[in-house]
Amino acid sequence: MSAPHLDVRYVADLVRLRLTDGAIAELQPQLDHVLSYIEQLNEVNVEGIEPTAHASAVYNVFRADVPRDGFTQEQATANAPHSGSGLFIVPKVVEG
Amino acid sequence: MDLAGLTIAGARRMMQAGELSPVQLLDAVNDAIENTDARVGGYLSRDYARARAAAEKSDTSLPLGGIPIAIKDVINVEGEPCTCASQILQGYTAPYDATVITKLRAAGAIPFGRTNMDEFAMGSSTENSSIQLTRNPHDPERIPGGSSGGSAAVVGANEALASLGSDTGGSIRQPAALCGCVGLKPSYGRVSRYGLVAFASSLDQIGPFTHTVEDAALVLQAIAGHDPLDSTSLDVPVPDYSARLNDGVAGMKLGVPKEYFVEGMDPQVEARVREAIEVYRALGAEIVEVSLPHTKYAVADYYIIATAEASANLARFDGVRYGKRAEAPRDLADHYGRTRGEGFGKEVKRRIILGTYVLSSGYYDAYYLRAQKVRTLIRRDFEEAFEKVDGLLSPTSPVPAFKIGERMADPLQMYLSDIFTIAANLAGICGISIPCGMAQTGGKALPVGLQIMAPAFEEARLLRIARAYEQTQQRG
Repeated sequence: MSAPHLDVRYVADLVRLRLTDGAIAELQPQLDHVLSYIEQLNEVNVEGIEPTAHASAVYNVFRADVPRDGFTQEQATANAPHSGSGLFIVPKVVEG
Repeated sequence: MDLAGLTIAGARRMMQAGELSPVQLLDAVNDAIENTDARVGGYLSRDYARARAAAEKSDTSLPLGGIPIAIKDVINVEGEPCTCASQILQGYTAPYDATVITKLRAAGAIPFGRTNMDEFAMGSSTENSSIQLTRNPHDPERIPGGSSGGSAAVVGANEALASLGSDTGGSIRQPAALCGCVGLKPSYGRVSRYGLVAFASSLDQIGPFTHTVEDAALVLQAIAGHDPLDSTSLDVPVPDYSARLNDGVAGMKLGVPKEYFVEGMDPQVEARVREAIEVYRALGAEIVEVSLPHTKYAVADYYIIATAEASANLARFDGVRYGKRAEAPRDLADHYGRTRGEGFGKEVKRRIILGTYVLSSGYYDAYYLRAQKVRTLIRRDFEEAFEKVDGLLSPTSPVPAFKIGERMADPLQMYLSDIFTIAANLAGICGISIPCGMAQTGGKALPVGLQIMAPAFEEARLLRIARAYEQTQQRG
């Protein structure tokens, strides 16, 4: 079996992480090394084993559907790097 | 006044006897920080004026009345920064209190000071902080452990009576061991995560660092319990953690997992832990060897599950609603890419990329789904062990504090620092690290930690086992 390989440039683009060529050159062998280590899980026989998503099995937690206090518009936008008129301001998304 | 030797319980007794006021205690902590923190670097920020106002009107009849507690910079405290030691959260001011902070305040405690950490709690040495280095109080050339290295160091250096940290794979227990204090990771679901900046949501828990087991019980008492704002906190009654603390271990069965004594571990660490096990035998516990056969897979399993969850949780840092934003973006993709590329440090990037990969189409079944199944096997190992024994004894870390820079070049070597602590998070059980002696290295005495683990929601038993050993030692 060939050594596992992760295309750092491709995956970083998927998660919107801009990396320099130098950073990619550094991350690539490190991540391939970690992936090789992770491969040892293939030794484990998991046939018929249910996956565990959570340590405690709690499903469908509901709360009463009643209004409660939240942030005001002013509080919600107070930390925004760029805001105005009570709105978050971002670069233009739609052309035209 | 000197904080060395002062515990929460001790300060409470002095306050009730009228020998100490909350303002005097706060000033003593503040003085200790001013005298000590330049060489430790455990604190990122503190707001004396706010704490002073709280101390002046604090109610000493409450369980933690007038006790200042340092808070890891990953937990939201209204009106304070919460940097997660990341550049991407520079300038952020928390608009609300985490539930643990609300509960600490209700118990009379005063949140005071924000402690350093690995960026977004990712690391085992606090060297991944983008803000500053924290040094081990026992040797300034060594790391304090991580990711809650600041919280451990400020207690170990007697510049806090207690602190809060978070533990995803050992981030409370490992630095507690390396700094010589008590560090408790509660069971998953015991303490609300509301207001804790999420790293891996199925693994994260908040817990205390203290000087003594008795103090750990007091802080846990204040922060434990169901919270409607965290659907993963369980609605299970909170027992009185101090009631049976001193009942001892006579007649208990304590297991020693053979997989936790591995080749390559420091011989002095092994010696100290074996001595502690003999203390338990002398106290009347029956010592039994047990096996947790899937232990060797825990680190690999963790680095799939934790990074997968982190890659999703850290998607929220997009430079729109809070935090730092890249200058003059060309378009939205450029805005996201540069904000995140410039804002996150190396380890965070490594984990986001790995986590995204193991969740991606074509690899999901091979990595993530398989890891969840291995997690089931790791959990079952503990369930089977706890059918035979009341608790488990092991080293917390295979080595004492290592040198600054020693493991930074090799991420995998750093990940293996958590080899003995990770499984408890995957299984959701509770664990504690308590000091069990020192290792002599290069003319310095470095603390060694004993890890005790107990079944989920058996913190009272865990603390009782820990206390039994502590009572045989000088402190406490």
